[in-house]
Amino acid sequence: MPKLFTGAEIVFKALIDQKVEYIFGYPGGAVLPIYDELKNHKSVKHILARHEQGAGHAAEGYARSSGKAGVMLVTSGPGATNAVTALTDAYMDSVPLVCISGQVPTHLIGTDAFQECDTTGITRPCTKHNWLVKDVNKLSETLHLAFEVATTGRPGPVLIDIPKDIQFKKGIYKFAKNKLKKKLNGKATLKISNKDLDKFIEMMKSSTRPIFYTGGGVINSGPEASTLLRELVSLTGFPITSTLQGLGAYPGDDQQFLGMLGMHGTYEANNAMHDCDLMINIGARFDDRITGKVDEFSPNSKKIHVDIDPSSIGKNIKVDLAITSDVGELLKNLIKRFKEKNKNFLSSNKHNTSKWWEQIENWREKKSLNFINSNKVIKPQHAVQRLYEITKDQDTYITTEVGQHQMWAAQHYKFRKPNRWMTSGGLGTMGYGLPAAIGVQIAHPEKLVVDIAGEASVLMTMQEMSTAVQYRLPIKIFILNNEYMGMVRQWQELLHEKNYSESYTAALPDFVKLAESYGCVGIRAKTPDELDEKIKEMVNIKKPVIFDCVVDKSENCFPMIPSGKPHNQMILGPEEEEEISDEGKILV
Amino acid sequence: MPKSKSAYSTPGKIGKLERHILVVWVDNEAGVLARVSGLFSGRGYNIESLAVAEVDKKKHISRITIVTQGTPQVIEQIKLQLKKLIPVHKVADFKRNDKEILFREMALFKILGNSKKQTKVKIICKKYNPIILDKSNKSCVIQVTALRREIDKLTLDLRPYGLISTSRTGAVAMTKGAKIFN
Repeated sequence: MPKLFTGAEIVFKALIDQKVEYIFGYPGGAVLPIYDELKNHKSVKHILARHEQGAGHAAEGYARSSGKAGVMLVTSGPGATNAVTALTDAYMDSVPLVCISGQVPTHLIGTDAFQECDTTGITRPCTKHNWLVKDVNKLSETLHLAFEVATTGRPGPVLIDIPKDIQFKKGIYKFAKNKLKKKLNGKATLKISNKDLDKFIEMMKSSTRPIFYTGGGVINSGPEASTLLRELVSLTGFPITSTLQGLGAYPGDDQQFLGMLGMHGTYEANNAMHDCDLMINIGARFDDRITGKVDEFSPNSKKIHVDIDPSSIGKNIKVDLAITSDVGELLKNLIKRFKEKNKNFLSSNKHNTSKWWEQIENWREKKSLNFINSNKVIKPQHAVQRLYEITKDQDTYITTEVGQHQMWAAQHYKFRKPNRWMTSGGLGTMGYGLPAAIGVQIAHPEKLVVDIAGEASVLMTMQEMSTAVQYRLPIKIFILNNEYMGMVRQWQELLHEKNYSESYTAALPDFVKLAESYGCVGIRAKTPDELDEKIKEMVNIKKPVIFDCVVDKSENCFPMIPSGKPHNQMILGPEEEEEISDEGKILV
Repeated sequence: MPKSKSAYSTPGKIGKLERHILVVWVDNEAGVLARVSGLFSGRGYNIESLAVAEVDKKKHISRITIVTQGTPQVIEQIKLQLKKLIPVHKVADFKRNDKEILFREMALFKILGNSKKQTKVKIICKKYNPIILDKSNKSCVIQVTALRREIDKLTLDLRPYGLISTSRTGAVAMTKGAKIFN
């Protein structure tokens, strides 16, 4: 007779076998047996959030900065529904997240019991898979399978719903690995054929206007993939641009890097995407913020697409060579084969791409990220640049909320390593950055973690400051405060005849006093003169800080592609704003 | 078209629609049908008919037959998305006009009428393997198996002869010859 454990014990045994060190959660009636068990397992530390959404984003921040799965624990009903935003966010941005939720006892399911909701029904469209465990003897198997689903193939969130009676019941515990192996279905890496590699290399050799377009898939593949990407880019001498999620996979301050592409990407990156003859997409998904109008997207290029998810290939853009693979795996094989046959590619190919580089340098001359600085008010771009200059010499982790500040952070903060940049891209979740910073700081207690925030976004999850203070997490909330939902205001200015409908926040809190009431430090900077000194003060404080950076209220985020236009027709700055046609207004 | 000011691009040209039959083998577990149908509704795909039942009692495998319509790109995307679902084992895809594939739907008709009418009904249904499942001197229930458009036509043709209720299944499919789907 094997030893029997309660469902709650099984949960912890599985977490320990999965090497989970931290769980982010919030207790409640239907999950109490698991919380009761917490005291018996010292190696698993629980971080108490102030809202389940905060727990979820913290787990995401933990996962994205550490490469491990994030784990959250919530109760039934409102606990589960509050987790939905974080689950959807993780689904859109491919973050491995394991959510364990309590459920009302089995015999009450379907009776509209207190704090009951159809958790698996609600989370079905926003998880890779979910389970309602009705048999305690299947619990351990389900938990391990859940970790496997979350972390293999294209990573994503999963949810295990455990009724309260199952948490009490006794059953057997088993730890069996690799259940999914047999069923590929794009959930695991496929074999890469030499034929595809040769075609890949041939296309690179015959190109005169190539560009690498890389995305979050490189980051998700692990740090080795980033190293390999650097090797390939330097072997070929080709220019490279990155999506929002891919920033950091390639050094942001390197000469071959053209900056981010897309709606608020650089002039040189977007023009190069439009005019190239070979686009090499590695781990990106032709998102609509990147492609703009699909019909006119990079009309004259051959396209290669490497993605671990077969359903990403051909979804938005047709490609000439599709390879379903993990990025790291592909790059390793490609570089090996490339080196065998092309010893002096870089020097022999230089003249092939020299005209292309000349053209790119011309675009660079436009200096599309420039802005008109001021010595009276702090320009938000200037604030991000100063933050970058002051923090670039230490290993800094940046999270953001969603909006103008997010784009300015992406444009002006240069990342040199992967896993240093955590932002909500796919779902665009305002309120992501603060709790994400908590998760990042948990994973990297000694590192500097800054949430570049907007005052509107950060108020959505401000309660998590209390979590940061409780666990002594010295996160820095760097608020670019313009009193507006900046991106909404910008669109209203450009597209809705300056009708600033409900985008101004009256009665904002005094962020310095708010910081003090949470028991952390508040700092305010009002003029460019005092900015540097105040940022340095923030960086040196070993406590959580809310930094209220009072910036220009009317600044807009440029450059931008006024949608309806292809990539080669960007607006570079305010003087060109008038050019948005009626047709373009439809599409931004 | 009224001028919309949305944050998204306007739709491009829509390609030619094709009708396809998808056969999906799934683990027969709780919620699997919701996963499949939720995928269709969530991504705006269209289900024209759906038939599902367990075909392997031992391994608990169900076979789902879905008739759907979409551009070739959409059909491809549906297949890839279906394959990503954890309980899905394999997906087969056929064009509706593929000559190598057999399709059948079943229908039950309830007819109110005397034996004269009932005989007439039987004659109309003759080509479609009619079976009388229930019979009284005032009514009968008749079963036919046929293609969808044939059943569509039958329901119209039978109306003057006392058709008061129709129950239909979705289409099921199988390959001709010795081959099987894979």
